[in-house]
Amino acid sequence: MSSLVTRVKLKQIEQLIAKGKRLDGRGIGDYREIKIEQGLIEKAEGSARVLLGKTEVLVGTKIETGEPFPDTPNEGVLTVNAELVPLASPSFEPGPPDENSIELARIVDRGIRESKAIATEKLCIEPGKNVFVVFVDVYVLNHDGNLIDASALAAVAALLNTKMPNYEVEDGEVKIKTGYTTLPLKSRPITVTLGKINGNLIVDPWLEEEQVMDSRISMAINEEGNICAIQKGGSGYFTPQQILEAKNIAIEKAAELRKKLGW
Amino acid sequence: MNEKPEKLIDKKGCRLDGRKADELRPLKLEVGVLANADGSAYIEHGKNKILAAVFGPREMHPKHLSLPDRMVIRCRYHMAPFSVQERKSPAPSRREVELSKVIRESLEPSLFVELYPRTGIDLFIEVLQADGGTRCASITAASLAIADAGIPMRDLVAACAAGKVDDTVVVDLFDLEDKLGVADVPLALMPNLNAVTLLQMDGILTPEEFEQAVNMAMEGCKKIYAMQKEALKNKYMAIKEEVEEE
Repeated sequence: MSSLVTRVKLKQIEQLIAKGKRLDGRGIGDYREIKIEQGLIEKAEGSARVLLGKTEVLVGTKIETGEPFPDTPNEGVLTVNAELVPLASPSFEPGPPDENSIELARIVDRGIRESKAIATEKLCIEPGKNVFVVFVDVYVLNHDGNLIDASALAAVAALLNTKMPNYEVEDGEVKIKTGYTTLPLKSRPITVTLGKINGNLIVDPWLEEEQVMDSRISMAINEEGNICAIQKGGSGYFTPQQILEAKNIAIEKAAELRKKLGW
Repeated sequence: MNEKPEKLIDKKGCRLDGRKADELRPLKLEVGVLANADGSAYIEHGKNKILAAVFGPREMHPKHLSLPDRMVIRCRYHMAPFSVQERKSPAPSRREVELSKVIRESLEPSLFVELYPRTGIDLFIEVLQADGGTRCASITAASLAIADAGIPMRDLVAACAAGKVDDTVVVDLFDLEDKLGVADVPLALMPNLNAVTLLQMDGILTPEEFEQAVNMAMEGCKKIYAMQKEALKNKYMAIKEEVEEE
């Protein structure tokens, strides 16, 4: 994955990190600047654009009716998909989703699902027959590293912005009425990703760091500071001590972001 | 469909399948089970039945995927249509694509990829029967298959999950516990190097519970590691006995 240029830079990146500094001027525990805009796509039920430094992700939500899963007949359905749009990076190619976009979608999905962010029990229209299906589509518009955190933020921001159609059931048929209510949410998980370079953990790795880091770990943290989802990625490893350290950093950073965003 | 049990752990601390919180399911490991593969292994972990095979290091097909400075690892985790209660379509699901990726990444740190430039190895994992914890059992078997192929390794990779069922942190969840439990933490470990190569989690855990689950999963990995070494030895002991008989 790593280009020749970044491999030459590896030594420089490593030396800086050993001193607690980074190539883009941040400290090892600092996030890039975060900007969130909501509701830019009028035709979507909800939408949000997140800028994490130069990384840009747009998420749109759509709500439709459909059948529930047989094992949860009284609950609405959440479906997350991610597109690594070719215009976002020279390394993205058109075509069916590859393992990277599937993994991204599943990490975002797990953060929302396992923290029970959406009150799915309130999305039931007719038990076992008809429920609301929430589609969360992640659109990566510019890739400058840490797509996971940007996508997870954008997904939750879009859900916060999502409107549910009013409806009534007439003779077993669902009729959509005018007007909207907000989507019932119970939690706002925040996902924090750490990269490991030469044994050091850095928060929010950007593209050049991603190309030289040997592994990453992402943790979704809820309001209570509990962990709801984890994913290790990359071809390296973590020592048990590093995992516990990563857990502490993730919980601290999530609380910090939560305060900053007012979530 | 069975009724959902009210309690997954009884008053005596016994789980639905009779195990204690820190007890693993019975394991059976066998090495060198497939004639055509360069290395292979079979695992029975509780009701999980999984075959793993490795081919290579060999020339990459297609050739343009090979890398000038290292070996490429390809991995396919696949579930047989009859491996679960309701037939699973044989086409790869999104879950299988993700698991193929994390399994590959959990085994990669154990290999000296830089020693085999321009080559590739293919890892094929077939889940014949699934009962919770298949990704861990797959890693355990695949690592043995790599060792069986005689590919140099830094260490064997052993994998085991821990999680929370009712209010208790337990090791090695089976299907029902995985589905009805609170949280699941699959973990892979290279015990000699103290290196965690796979870590995932779903469900909600407090930081303290998470720490406990990680420690429990690592203990499980160490037990499985001992069985892996035993399985490798058994293969060569059998060969030795055969040779001595002749």
